[in-house]
Amino acid sequence: MPRARIGGPMPWVIAIMIALTVLAAGAGLALNNLAGNARSQISGGLTVQIIEAAPAARERQTAAAMAFFESRSDVAALRRVPDSEVAALLEPWLGADVDAEDGLPVPALIDIQMRDDVTAPMLRDLRAALSRQVPVARLDAQANWLAPVFDAIRSLQWLALGLVVLLALTSIAAVWLAARSALGANHETIDIVHHLGGTDGQIAAIFQRSVAIDAAFGGVAGLLLGLAAILGLGQQFAALGSGLVAGGGLGLIDWIVIACIPLVGIVLAVLTARMTVISTLRKML
Amino acid sequence: MSAADGSIVQFDNVGLRYGTDREVLSDISFTLFPGSFYFLTGASGAGKTSLLKLLYLAQRPSRGIIRMFDEDLITVERKRRPNFRRRIGVVFQDFRLVPHLSAYENVALPLRIAGLSERELHKPVSDMLQWVALDHRSDARPATLSGGEQQRVAIARAVIGRPEILVADEPTGNVDPEMALKLLRLFEALNRLGTTVVVATHDVHLLRKVPESLIMRLDKGRMSDPTGALRHPPRRGGTP
Repeated sequence: MPRARIGGPMPWVIAIMIALTVLAAGAGLALNNLAGNARSQISGGLTVQIIEAAPAARERQTAAAMAFFESRSDVAALRRVPDSEVAALLEPWLGADVDAEDGLPVPALIDIQMRDDVTAPMLRDLRAALSRQVPVARLDAQANWLAPVFDAIRSLQWLALGLVVLLALTSIAAVWLAARSALGANHETIDIVHHLGGTDGQIAAIFQRSVAIDAAFGGVAGLLLGLAAILGLGQQFAALGSGLVAGGGLGLIDWIVIACIPLVGIVLAVLTARMTVISTLRKML
Repeated sequence: MSAADGSIVQFDNVGLRYGTDREVLSDISFTLFPGSFYFLTGASGAGKTSLLKLLYLAQRPSRGIIRMFDEDLITVERKRRPNFRRRIGVVFQDFRLVPHLSAYENVALPLRIAGLSERELHKPVSDMLQWVALDHRSDARPATLSGGEQQRVAIARAVIGRPEILVADEPTGNVDPEMALKLLRLFEALNRLGTTVVVATHDVHLLRKVPESLIMRLDKGRMSDPTGALRHPPRRGGTP
């Protein structure tokens, strides 16, 4: 059967689309991992603040709060955050004197890890029980503090998904235009094959083969470009040394998903070419 | 496959118009029998090519009934049309060879479409090129072939699938008289193998070269059939 050349810039258009899709998908998956890791780390986390200006009373109340949580079987781990650590956390905002005897009094902090995720009713019951024994204690779920961060991450994930969908639609449109253009350029040959008894499927197969070759080239090139960009960005983010960002790496499944993008691209391109050609041929006698 | 009356093609009051123009073919009725040789004649613009287009399923009639291989072509499903086309060989007036394929590949095209493998089609294609005396030009692209050579490639492509009907539109229009006679002999040879041949020509000298042929004459889009032999042919034994 004769060849139908789609050719031209088509492989490069597909390569760019695949590279951008790989980047968007990589970002989305990394954000998903980042959110998942952060959520798992803090989903059972509680923080108790003992807000008492007098150091002696603060220590007494802190000990009482520690005793309260130590007595509970649903607590997995418990740690009094050392005053030096609190001072170090506050130093950028309050200066170096927060821990001094005559300095600004700061709350005592207790970091608690529950065995299960902290739910709203559980937090309410704990607050009520704790306030009866340590009235100045303030109990917060760590997940609540990071809720806006998770919301932002979720928005970015949706944005990444939207980009992937948009890029897929753009790729489909590009293949559709290329297939129509190739149909026009090869109209005479198609007409001949048609008159010799060629079926729509046979004629479509010629275009599918051509598009598959272009898409395979574009897919591999795009994947390599996208992977290079992801690895480069990954190294830059890793160099930041941030705990939150470090949780956004890609796992084996993620790499497999990314590797599948060119395959999905080829299938989409071939299906688009087939549907375009078949729908055009159906207008012929 | 032929109909109960032995015919292979039946046109009954067929009309054809392009768009909203006047009919280019009107009230066309005739019957073609298997293994017969027909000349379709008429002046330029009489409608010969339009009639052939109806015969090789490139056009749908505006009205009337066309039966081919004992089936109504008007109502036949679109997806079954390729099967009909594979049973009809066409020699186009302008050859219509695929320009980027060699002579060999052009001739092989109908067999490839029919699903034959490279191994299966090699011998018939080579034999066919030898039959039209073009075996030495099998690798040549159409652009490098002379008009006569292109014509013979087109004929080889039309007949390689052993069609039941061969339709040729002015097949001798682009060749010298000697080559025209050679091509006519090719058609006769094919006809003797059982193929119904319909040759459109305005060359009246050609008609005398095939004495047993029937003549269909078109005049301003109407079939001239003064004896009624085309519309109501006599019962046939071997020839119409």
